[in-house]
Amino acid sequence: MSDRLLESAPDEEAAGSRTGLGIRLTDVSKTYPGGSAPAVDGFTMDIPAGELVVFVGPSGCGKTTTMKMINRIIEPTSGSITIGDEDVLTLDPVRLRRRVGYVIQQIGLFPHMTIAQNVGVVPQLLGWSAARTAERVDELLRTVALDPGVFAHRYPRQLSGGQQQRVGVARALAADPPVMLMDEPFGATDPITRERLQDEFLELQRRLRKTIVFVTHDFAEAVRLGDRIAVLGDRSRIVQYDTPRRVLAAPADDYVASFIGSTAALTGLGLVRVADAELGPASEAPDTAGVHPDTDLRTALDLLVSSCGERIAVRDGGRVVGSLGLAAIAAALAAHTSSNGGA
Amino acid sequence: MEAQPLDGTTLHGLDAYLLRRWDRILEQAAEHLVVVALSVGIAAAIGIAIGALVWNRPFPRSVSLGVAGVLITIPSLALLGLLIPVLGIGWTPTVVSLVLYALLPIVRNTVVGLREVPAAVMESALGMGYTRTQTLLRVQLPMAWPVIITGIRVSTQLIVGIATVAAYVSGPGLGNDIFQGLASLGSINALNRTFVATVCVVVLALLLDALFILIRRSTTPRGIRVRPAA
Repeated sequence: MSDRLLESAPDEEAAGSRTGLGIRLTDVSKTYPGGSAPAVDGFTMDIPAGELVVFVGPSGCGKTTTMKMINRIIEPTSGSITIGDEDVLTLDPVRLRRRVGYVIQQIGLFPHMTIAQNVGVVPQLLGWSAARTAERVDELLRTVALDPGVFAHRYPRQLSGGQQQRVGVARALAADPPVMLMDEPFGATDPITRERLQDEFLELQRRLRKTIVFVTHDFAEAVRLGDRIAVLGDRSRIVQYDTPRRVLAAPADDYVASFIGSTAALTGLGLVRVADAELGPASEAPDTAGVHPDTDLRTALDLLVSSCGERIAVRDGGRVVGSLGLAAIAAALAAHTSSNGGA
Repeated sequence: MEAQPLDGTTLHGLDAYLLRRWDRILEQAAEHLVVVALSVGIAAAIGIAIGALVWNRPFPRSVSLGVAGVLITIPSLALLGLLIPVLGIGWTPTVVSLVLYALLPIVRNTVVGLREVPAAVMESALGMGYTRTQTLLRVQLPMAWPVIITGIRVSTQLIVGIATVAAYVSGPGLGNDIFQGLASLGSINALNRTFVATVCVVVLALLLDALFILIRRSTTPRGIRVRPAA
């Protein structure tokens, strides 16, 4: 695996996919001309290869500015940024951007181009052959659950918001970039679509292992998607940078705690699977409500409460494998928190 | 029945005039069309280029729109007269002055069209790795095209009329018949001459307008014409 960002992928690599390269930001600052205080002040962070790191913080905290310095949509005033072993600031910004996937909230598809042309933009810029581009576009549309036969020759305006956002993700993945930058990509969609896009995106990321910087102001989204969360304060100051469970279990200070809100336990339950809880005997399971062992405990608790019973059944392929009650859910959360919250 | 007076102040004998003069009328109409097309073509090339250069630079933008705005207010007769010492008479001063009049709508619509491209589209073009020139050629101009072609259409309408004045500097077109008719009012067929040429100008303008509607429809990218999803 090459550590060089700008090396064009040889043809035989087209079949496989390149996993991520690490990103390192060192003492990166941005001061806008005429601005008295820097928008980003001495930001230092190591983003491990293949991880999805979420920058979460209130509007105006500088999280988007920080992200946009990585592909130099915004030029840093000082500091250094490397991707793999290459210094981003010495590269030609245009060539750099062709190698970094980029997704924004307003999507920004080109309305005069078909979906296939939109997805093929970067491959075309990189000089891929028409045949290779077409093959890649088909593959990517299938990856984001859009049938190429139906959608390839449509135009962005003929698609729903959720479909457009999938195209946005496909377009960013087109040239198989090792690094992706995503600025509230699911922010403009309705809650149901958002959740489905998040699920699909997580599934995709499990396979691709890109290095992703994901910006959001939605803490629940950060917990759901992030391998790590960076809670940012004013001027992009890193208040806490850790795994979601540790941030939930041990907020660094009141600011982080306030960001988590008063439902930390519920949010935490969303990270634990039913199978990780101590299940009761199958004989105590009711006939009615049931969940799969892979379901998260938050969903299980919801079902438990709405069923008004003492326990719910845990079923795997129609077979009852156990029962789950409130005590077991609480214990599982406590165990989960302490096993990961120590360090 | 009282005979109509043959004093040239009525359209008496219009049919006979048309039969006798149709070749000359067609020739002038063709000249008129050519001088308008040539001028609009040149003005479109210059105007789109100016628009593309200044759309995102506030000072040059104001200057070029201001200059084009002043040009359009100069009386056409005066401008042609002022050009005689420099460019002489005939086609050259005609085309130059028509180009100057045609510039404003084209420059203004190009600027408006290029600026109307949504910020998100501009940002994603930048993020994909388009250079500035590629963004302009592959994203902005195609998206701005319906607005730009409308500017060209307005310019065309404007100079179809102004082009008649070219006759004063011995330029081509239907102005010749209009002004010669007016100058000889009272003589036979004077009014016929002016009337027919004027109708021709109007018909030419309408035909060109219809042509531009067709051009706009057939050259607007399909993705911009389609209706949004319900």
